[in-house]
Amino acid sequence: MISLRLRRVDAPEDPTGGLLSYTDWARRDIKLLFGSAQALLLVLLVLIGLGPVVWLAKGAVTPTIDTLRNPLALFPHGVAWSNLSDAWSKVNVGRYFWNTIVLALGSWLCQIVVATTGAFVLSVLRPRWGRFVNGLLLGTLFVPVVVLIVPLYIEVVHPPLIHHSFAESYWAIWLPAGASAFNVVLMKRFFDNLPQELFEAARIDGAGPVRLFFSIVLPLSKPILGVVSIFAILAEWRNFLWPFLVLTNSPDRQPLSVRLPAIQAQTQLGVLLASMLIAALVPILGFLIFQRSFLRGSGFGGALKG
Amino acid sequence: MDDLDVISGEPATASEPVAVVGAVAEPRRRDRRSPFEWVRGGDLAALAFALPMLVIFAAFSWYPITRLVVLSVQHTNLVDPPTWVGLQNFREVIADPLFATAVRNTAYFAALALLFGYPIPLIAAVLISESRRFRGIYSALAYLPVVIPPVVGVMLWKYVFYEPSSVGLFNTVLGWFHLGPYGWLQSPGTAMPALVVESTWANAGATVIIYLAALTAVDTDLYDAASVDGAGLWHKIWHITLPQLRGVLLVTLILQIIGTAQVFLEPYLFTSGGPANATLTVLLLVYQYAFGNSVGVGFGDAAALSLMLAAFLAVFSVVFMRATRSWSTK
Repeated sequence: MISLRLRRVDAPEDPTGGLLSYTDWARRDIKLLFGSAQALLLVLLVLIGLGPVVWLAKGAVTPTIDTLRNPLALFPHGVAWSNLSDAWSKVNVGRYFWNTIVLALGSWLCQIVVATTGAFVLSVLRPRWGRFVNGLLLGTLFVPVVVLIVPLYIEVVHPPLIHHSFAESYWAIWLPAGASAFNVVLMKRFFDNLPQELFEAARIDGAGPVRLFFSIVLPLSKPILGVVSIFAILAEWRNFLWPFLVLTNSPDRQPLSVRLPAIQAQTQLGVLLASMLIAALVPILGFLIFQRSFLRGSGFGGALKG
Repeated sequence: MDDLDVISGEPATASEPVAVVGAVAEPRRRDRRSPFEWVRGGDLAALAFALPMLVIFAAFSWYPITRLVVLSVQHTNLVDPPTWVGLQNFREVIADPLFATAVRNTAYFAALALLFGYPIPLIAAVLISESRRFRGIYSALAYLPVVIPPVVGVMLWKYVFYEPSSVGLFNTVLGWFHLGPYGWLQSPGTAMPALVVESTWANAGATVIIYLAALTAVDTDLYDAASVDGAGLWHKIWHITLPQLRGVLLVTLILQIIGTAQVFLEPYLFTSGGPANATLTVLLLVYQYAFGNSVGVGFGDAAALSLMLAAFLAVFSVVFMRATRSWSTK
């Protein structure tokens, strides 16, 4: 059944087996209607999807004066590569870029550790209290993270038990990122589908939980690790409100998404656009390289937002 | 045989010797396990592996959720000890004229976002799924805006596309037809639709991909059978495609409503809630209560409003799922 369906998708020259049957494609009016609708869609998608990115890339290397005079003119007075270098060194985007990477990697690590070990307990080790913990995890899915900013903020500034404020520290961003029930559920579902015979065989051969985790579960989980990693890094790259709140007083430690609105007023447009392009470049390149993982996981990404 | 009697506490009969041991002795051993057995049984290893999850979730999910509820019935300012005020925070928030404005604006944003963002991805996905050759290009183009960081997207639209002078990108194009220039974000009437257009641009691609995945799961035999029966294109869309997609359509509907109810970034960066509070949303009001004037004074009000939003969304999701359950799985 599955192989049949795959073959259909992979065989582009065969128009049957979809919404439009072979006879439908043979009818001139339907072919014309559907074909022109598809062509129109392509034009719109190029305009709406690609257009803004291309314009941003153009604006990033156009002298500010030209952009201000006519945003649609194509390099009337040459190319200003200096925008990019000004952004990188004079506006300090290089520094904020590095901050963003450090924040993203730390959040990624915390999410991966929590999700893999947690899901391993709930799916493979299955202690008696696992169901209780699982219930508590699923309950948090009903609480959107953003409604917790006030208690989280108070907790970070005045943590209970510890008399030390974590405000202005990266830990305040790394650690809370790990509390994603969605990651654990996703990972658990993947572990649930791993062949149970492997675990049994390993146990009979005397493998303990640690060995089971590192030698069997993790190596088999590369696909789901890839998806969770991509979305963990992407989410931190996009994050605005939380780093904005907890890093308010240390501009030098803020990531790009927090700095860009802050530098807008005193930066000329060409350099600002160059900074924005630099900020967008990593996600865009990542998307082009890992397109499959992105598109496979985007359904989850939508759910994550909710 | 004598041993068996001792362990099970029952006289063992010859007919059921081993089964009795398993059935009766096992639960007793579980109830009173020595620490040594507990470690050997793997519970300690499980606890060690669960530690990162338990610590992180306790600190950054379960505790803040509890704290949110507590904060909503307290007056706090981070310096003095908090005082219990009952439901006073809720009363204050509901009495605030901005509360009604924020709820109205958020509902307006959600409604517009559904109007723009719900049918278009579906139509696009149906068209794309019929083009097997260019499917990858179509989906990549549709998804590209989704990967752009939201702050970059908003700033690009704010300072270039929606620029109110005649050199704004939209105003330049309209200028060719001797229209404008328009201050899209500066007029209370157009500010919210302008936000929704950008937001739809930034998010619709993800919905397209969800629909595309769902469309490949539609049983193509149904189309073939319908074609044999002489069904036309519209018949097949109406009677096969849409009914087959209804589960996904409901999920995207509720996800979109939940997502738009939490809209913050667009109103915050585009307009800060202006002009004349025309784009003040619920979360923006939470932010203003908590961090707007002097940090700390409005924490109680912010917590109360956050809690109301969370409760509304939870109740809404459950009611929505219940109401549509029979319809989505039939």
